[in-house]
Amino acid sequence: MAFNGHQRDDDTVDEDETPSKQPRSNKEMPGYFRSEPGSEAAAPTGRATPDRRSSNATARHRSDSVKKTRPPFPWFGMDIGGTLVKLVYFEPKDITAEEEQEEVENLKSIRRYLTSNTAYGKTGIRDVHLELQDLTLCGRTGNLHFIRFPTHDLPAFLQMGRNKHFSSLHTTLCATGGGAYKFESDFRTMADLQLHKLDELDCLIRGVLYIDSVVSSGPSECYYFENPTEPDRCVQKPYTLENPYPLLLVNIGSGVSILAVYSENNYKRVTGTSLGGGTFLGLCCLLTGCSTFEEALEMASLGESTRVDKLVRDIYGGDYERFGLPGWAVASSFGNMMSKEKRESVSKEDLARATLVTITNNIGSITRMCALNENIERVVFVGNFLRVNTLSMKLLAYAMDYWSKGQLKALFLRHEGYFGAVGALLELLHPS
Amino acid sequence: MAECSGVDSNPSSHTMDKSITLPPDEIFRNLENAKRFAIDIGGSLTKLAYYSTVQHKVAKVRSFDHTAKEAASDKLYEISVQEEVTARLHFIKFENAYIETCLDFIKDHLVNTETKVIKATGGGAHKFKELIERKLGLKVDKEDEMTCLIKGCNFVLKNIPHEAFVYAKHADSEFRFQTTNPDIFPYLLVNIGSGVSIVKVEAEDKFERIGGSSIGGGTFWGLGALLTKTKRFDELLQLASKGQHTSVDMLVKDIYGGSYGCLGLTGDLIASSFGKSATADKEFSKEDMAKSLLHMISNDIGQLACLYAKLHNLSRVYFGGFFIRGHPVTMHTITYSINFFTKGEVQALFLRHEGYLGAIGAFLKGAEEDNPNQYSWGENYAGSSGLMSVSPDMNPMQRARSGTFDMLEMDRLERQLVNLPLLQDPSSYIPDTVDLTEDALAREYWLYCFEEALDGVVKRAVASQPDMPEAALRAEKFRQKYRHKLQTLRHQPFAYGSLTVRSLLDTREHCLNEFNFPDPYSKIKQRENDAALKYYQKAVKSLEELSWEERQFALVRGVLAGNVFDWGAKAVSDVLESDPEFGFEEAKRQLEERPWLVDSYDQWLERIKGPPHKCALFFVDNSGVDIILGVMPFIRELLSRGTEVVLASNSGPALNDVTNGELQILTERIAAMDPVIQAGLRDDRLTLVQSGSSSPCLDLSRLDKVLAMVVRERQTDLVIIEGMGRAIHTNYYAMLSCESLKMAVIKNSWLADRLGGKLFSVVFKYEVPAGKPSQDCETLTPS
Repeated sequence: MAFNGHQRDDDTVDEDETPSKQPRSNKEMPGYFRSEPGSEAAAPTGRATPDRRSSNATARHRSDSVKKTRPPFPWFGMDIGGTLVKLVYFEPKDITAEEEQEEVENLKSIRRYLTSNTAYGKTGIRDVHLELQDLTLCGRTGNLHFIRFPTHDLPAFLQMGRNKHFSSLHTTLCATGGGAYKFESDFRTMADLQLHKLDELDCLIRGVLYIDSVVSSGPSECYYFENPTEPDRCVQKPYTLENPYPLLLVNIGSGVSILAVYSENNYKRVTGTSLGGGTFLGLCCLLTGCSTFEEALEMASLGESTRVDKLVRDIYGGDYERFGLPGWAVASSFGNMMSKEKRESVSKEDLARATLVTITNNIGSITRMCALNENIERVVFVGNFLRVNTLSMKLLAYAMDYWSKGQLKALFLRHEGYFGAVGALLELLHPS
Repeated sequence: MAECSGVDSNPSSHTMDKSITLPPDEIFRNLENAKRFAIDIGGSLTKLAYYSTVQHKVAKVRSFDHTAKEAASDKLYEISVQEEVTARLHFIKFENAYIETCLDFIKDHLVNTETKVIKATGGGAHKFKELIERKLGLKVDKEDEMTCLIKGCNFVLKNIPHEAFVYAKHADSEFRFQTTNPDIFPYLLVNIGSGVSIVKVEAEDKFERIGGSSIGGGTFWGLGALLTKTKRFDELLQLASKGQHTSVDMLVKDIYGGSYGCLGLTGDLIASSFGKSATADKEFSKEDMAKSLLHMISNDIGQLACLYAKLHNLSRVYFGGFFIRGHPVTMHTITYSINFFTKGEVQALFLRHEGYLGAIGAFLKGAEEDNPNQYSWGENYAGSSGLMSVSPDMNPMQRARSGTFDMLEMDRLERQLVNLPLLQDPSSYIPDTVDLTEDALAREYWLYCFEEALDGVVKRAVASQPDMPEAALRAEKFRQKYRHKLQTLRHQPFAYGSLTVRSLLDTREHCLNEFNFPDPYSKIKQRENDAALKYYQKAVKSLEELSWEERQFALVRGVLAGNVFDWGAKAVSDVLESDPEFGFEEAKRQLEERPWLVDSYDQWLERIKGPPHKCALFFVDNSGVDIILGVMPFIRELLSRGTEVVLASNSGPALNDVTNGELQILTERIAAMDPVIQAGLRDDRLTLVQSGSSSPCLDLSRLDKVLAMVVRERQTDLVIIEGMGRAIHTNYYAMLSCESLKMAVIKNSWLADRLGGKLFSVVFKYEVPAGKPSQDCETLTPS
């Protein structure tokens, strides 16, 4: 009978308590749900709500109320950034036979498509190694999947949603990132989908805190580099983010946002910089003719930035002792490229490496200044710029440690780029 | 990074072009006596500094021995023109391509120097070491760049008014000059060379590099060259100024479709520099890429500078280095960035002589035994090129100048200059009433006015040296030089800081001195002083016959009438020249009747009915009738009331203003006729001091140290400023911490018009500082 994929446990509608609960509606009422006034406006200030965070323990405790507010499947969280779309999908593994029977075909097909593939179309990828299994969310147990594809392929994604009649499921699609705003109308017109738009920084923080709290088995979510200033002894070590505040959260996507987080609900955006992952890739494409992040990173790993950059020792013959600058420090990024002969003697790999080092070190130094200004000693770096980018992580770890004389600690999270999407999913399950 | 220079991408630019001929009249002046050389060689420009002594003529007055010669001469004193030696700093900036030609030129002209070493700094110093040593036979002694830079920066900030400015591209005047704050520390210097160094300067010798960045001018140049295949830095800047960064950068609106409202990020902000170029199948224009790169680097530097300024709680942030060096494009992007990141709390400041800092500093290092920091120095407007854009495209005037040589000359002032201790707020004091850089109408008028008056000044200059046949030729050179300055200022009003009537007058004085016309009015002043002295006793007698209240008014009218005698004002000089009989009485008749244009005479009268002032400081104006029949009777009354008087007059000549030398003689002569003046001198209750200035205007923040000392010692509680130049063109709005009286007659119809009056309108402005109630005088005023 239901258009919804999942039968509600309880049909009582409590408007105040369940802003995301949808009355059954038919296809002729697109965009009906999520029409409660004020719910969108509330999103940016949502961070003030105290019990938005969920953990296994609390979820079970409140299973009654959870049932009431539990949204129908499928559960998605989406983060549409400047370069990448990040999608998290919760695959329920505790579906009862009864549920299975009632589950509409569309929903099954989506689940099967997403879970049985690791690549979608030409550019969509599921990061299998990040999958979180046996996770209990809203009283349901299942696996959390992490999927990404380039933002410029969003039309293809929408087309797929249209083909698979996603809109017939009448689920709320919680989305964050700038694209949630930019493509809102495309979602509506191309796929007949209504987005619930969420603030990206709220989602980011919510996602970070959640993932850190639920990951208990397998590789530690949070880690750091021991001995960052000694390349030979530099090793990745797990870190427990038990008492995380205050925390500087540096999100490196296309651009960079730096947040000071004082508690779950209290944070501010300190600053940001336009020199981020997009700059690295953009410059690499122009300088080397490459076209993907992976290619650019691959080249960078083979290159030598000191042929491109002018070092302190290139100018002073050694350390600049007057100011305590070591000879190996970069004096001028791309400084050697002022000379024609040197321009002709560098390789594409060298240029890619120099670009990576330049962007990474710059983020490091802005971060360090923010940490000093905000008086925070712990820095967590996230964002997809760090994906498969150990080079940059080690550079950041080094820079934090060296220039702060050991005062600052650089921390990293395994699910680096997905926290915004996770935060969006949480908003679906526990609206603030 | 400390290193200011980039490596020149074009090595052929160092090959010497022997065909280059130097315009020797203009550059490397006074090389014969040069000593203590310093050189700063950057990536493309060389800056050379030297110290020389300049012989120039000064007018001296000497009292005649009246006991013997009184009958022989009816003249009061003797005028002689003497040679005087003063110290001057020369700084020359030229392209590295000229370096060998210049070294040859120096070698040929360097006659009597004992110099053995040349101080050198800058990235190129090493490269040219051998050449310099071979050519000049001097040992190259390398100095730390950053130390030189800071030393140079301190020096210009202390000695050059209007050194620092704020750049506002779209404002009426692009350059907003800062008033010189006597306390220059602490400040942040952000030097953008190939890298960036951020230095905190806390005292003359206390500075620290608190940070930096490797993303600097070298990144713009190097990365720009790779992206656009454009080799030269200037060309890259030009590309950037024509480009559109929005096709390359990913903006907030590219991600959001609009603004990111809740963070206050507008849609046009750059979210990711080069974010749109992350594709293999799209071509981008050179201009657009250069623009995007420029924004990226400027924003990044601005952001770091702000973070450092905030961390160290500093609000004065100066930017320098080859990335900035007079380029409007980079000054604009840096300014924009600083505004954005500090929400307008910190202003990006730039320096007029930024390019010279290293050379100045290196020079100072080598000249420590001459103690240049013990003196005050003044920019010589005649010998300095002024601020220009380096880009010929943006600045067509540039190429018209002598090749590509840029000059700065600074004269060592006889005395150390300090603030008047009675300024209410030295840091906000601005001497000039109208900033002609901001007021286009006023600028047009005054430039026209000075150009119009030029013939007369030339004529007067020639007439002042009747025995010198070559005077006409020199006067003609003076005309050309000053006219050229006026033309430059017409195009670039900001060339020497804020353009003001004072700077126009001072420039004229500097140019006159340059061509050895030290005092064109000396003879006129002498004649007028002679004539006025004859009336002194009669004038005093007639004043004494008046009732007290009538006398007070007559004394004020006397000062005002005397002030009509001013050769500097065209309206008056016409009459004076055509009608020598124009007398004191006539002047009084010309005066406006009360109520005057600005009239606080009643308050003044009430005040002087009260207790006498402790000490009055009187800044005097013209020679002749003004000083002798106007000012002297006035201060005579003050002395009689028991007020001590300090007469401050110019140290050097300017127009027909009375100089300290002349005033000494005049006062002696008056003392011989007048027991009140005599007693004042004898009892040390009347003091003559020099102001330290040679200008018809008055900058109360640059006064002789001795004057400041006297003012403090005598507990001066009244400052009187007389004349249009000192009380209207300057100081009209000056706030003092004691009572002040500004008296002037407006002898310029345009100015009168502006102030809402007419020709010969009177300004009589008596002010009591706020918060200092004139209670004691009110209660004591007889009712």
